[in-house]
Amino acid sequence: MASSAQSGAHGAQGAGVNRRDFLYLATGAVGAIGTAIAAWPFIYSMNPAADVLALSTTEVDLAPVQTGQRITVKWRSQPVFVAHRTEDEIKAADDVNVEELRDPQADSARVKKPEWLIMVGICTHLGCVPLGQRPTDPRGDWKGWFCPCHGSQYDTSGRIRKGPAPANLAVPQYAFLTDTTIRIG
Amino acid sequence: MSEPAWTNPAVKWIDERLPIFTVMRHSAIEYPTPKNLSYWWNFGSLSGFMLVLMIATGVVLAMQYTPNSALAFDSVERIMRDVNYGWLLRYIHMNGASFFFIAVYIHIFRGLYYGSYKTPRELLWWLGLIILILMMATAFMGYVLPWGQMSFWGATVITNLFSAIPLVGKHIVTWLWGGFAVDNPTLNRFFSLHYLLPFVIFAVVFLHLWALHTAKSNNPLGIDTKGPQDTIPFHPYYTVKDLFGMGVFLIVFLGIVFFAPNFFGEPDNYILANPLSTPQHIVPEWYFLPYYAILRAVPNILFIPAKLAGVIAMFSSIFILFALPWLDFSRVRSARFRPLYKWVYWLMLIDVLVLGYVGANPPEGLYLVIGRVATSYYFLHWLVIVPLIALFERPKPLPTSISTPVLGGAAVASAKTMEKV
Repeated sequence: MASSAQSGAHGAQGAGVNRRDFLYLATGAVGAIGTAIAAWPFIYSMNPAADVLALSTTEVDLAPVQTGQRITVKWRSQPVFVAHRTEDEIKAADDVNVEELRDPQADSARVKKPEWLIMVGICTHLGCVPLGQRPTDPRGDWKGWFCPCHGSQYDTSGRIRKGPAPANLAVPQYAFLTDTTIRIG
Repeated sequence: MSEPAWTNPAVKWIDERLPIFTVMRHSAIEYPTPKNLSYWWNFGSLSGFMLVLMIATGVVLAMQYTPNSALAFDSVERIMRDVNYGWLLRYIHMNGASFFFIAVYIHIFRGLYYGSYKTPRELLWWLGLIILILMMATAFMGYVLPWGQMSFWGATVITNLFSAIPLVGKHIVTWLWGGFAVDNPTLNRFFSLHYLLPFVIFAVVFLHLWALHTAKSNNPLGIDTKGPQDTIPFHPYYTVKDLFGMGVFLIVFLGIVFFAPNFFGEPDNYILANPLSTPQHIVPEWYFLPYYAILRAVPNILFIPAKLAGVIAMFSSIFILFALPWLDFSRVRSARFRPLYKWVYWLMLIDVLVLGYVGANPPEGLYLVIGRVATSYYFLHWLVIVPLIALFERPKPLPTSISTPVLGGAAVASAKTMEKV
């Protein structure tokens, strides 16, 4: 109200005030956007560096792994579980009503060859490494893996069955280079 | 207070150009302090002392420490065995963290008892909470630096909390790590931030003191000072009282440093970090146990999965305290005059201790049940019980001034005598 009265009385001055308001806002906006853009390199520098990313493939020779044996390999500084599953373990993983699972996924969707189960050995709850790689480890009620931190239990397909974890053990990208060699990543 | 006339010409010359001596005299010597402060008021300056001690030991430790995942563990062992007085500096720094938290927690619970968060001290309270949060971040990152098993797996579990955030959680965790797991980039940035944050804390402590000296100190009666007869100058009365308390505190602190230096520690942290093997039982340092108990107590709530709900509850347990000056809208500050609040105050203290006990144990069976009850009570206390008490409680009558209960009628009588004269 006051400004319209003012611009009526002093037209030129009113226009000047509007222009200054615009310039003030525009300067503020450019300054804010500029600061945000300048901050980006600082923030993004904390993401994985090129040398960290360059180490993101691992090749594994499967020939020495016996049926029933589980080995752990390191990929991107994380443990990867490679399990040479027995007939019983494959059957147990298949004979599950997928609908009943917390994170529904068929066993066939988690493997390329049924005898080889390959997954990241990190509990999806808070990142501990589950037990079960050695025959003497506790493996939980479903004979898969058991996380000692907060008691999550995984079946022989690495699917979450009990405990606080929200999801199945992750299956990384991998490819069979030959019948007995895989490349993870 | 009249402007001090400095007699020393050098002091006078400086003070006229930068009134640093005048400001110091105002805030550390003449600062009018309620004359009825108890020993519970020692823990503010004690916390300040611990901060300085942590920075001093930390600066010299950083001269010997190597922030590299291949070298960190050995460099800490070198500090313990080869560096001159390295064992002493590290044990002071390590146990100093615990005693810093002891001092700060007592300081906070003193504030809760005597209503120090109420108007006009809301900002003072907020700044204190910000200091607490910064301390927690600093302590967590410092614990990672020795690169033992507990360092590594504590860092893994706590950084994984952020993966609970919907959609962007995974990206945030990768960003925090600088890789695909806790590794050398994580250790490097934690060292950088562990060195930075204490100085940020120092700056917030300065604001905390500024706000304190604006609103002035609360006191055990929780009533305002009514004039010079209710106060005494900070120096020498409270400098002496603070120094005496500091002597007692240091006896306990250094007793631990010299005779039980690993009392608060976990033996697993003297094992080099191994990314492929998780220890059987991961526990945080004692000062995080109540929060850890809350984190693990929460089940699925409606559409929120347990993991996210636990994280929200844990962070809320501190953020809820920012609203306390308005949740507790009773005008009476000190619990001495609040017959109902006094009782729930002690219940809250017990509740926090129970949460700490639960946090140290695995979340199974009875521990899980107790953890859930204690967590529920924690939030019930702040959100329901405290406001209801503020509404329905009938406080006891307040004394008319600080002098009245201290000197009986004497102060008033002598004041009247003086009027007559």
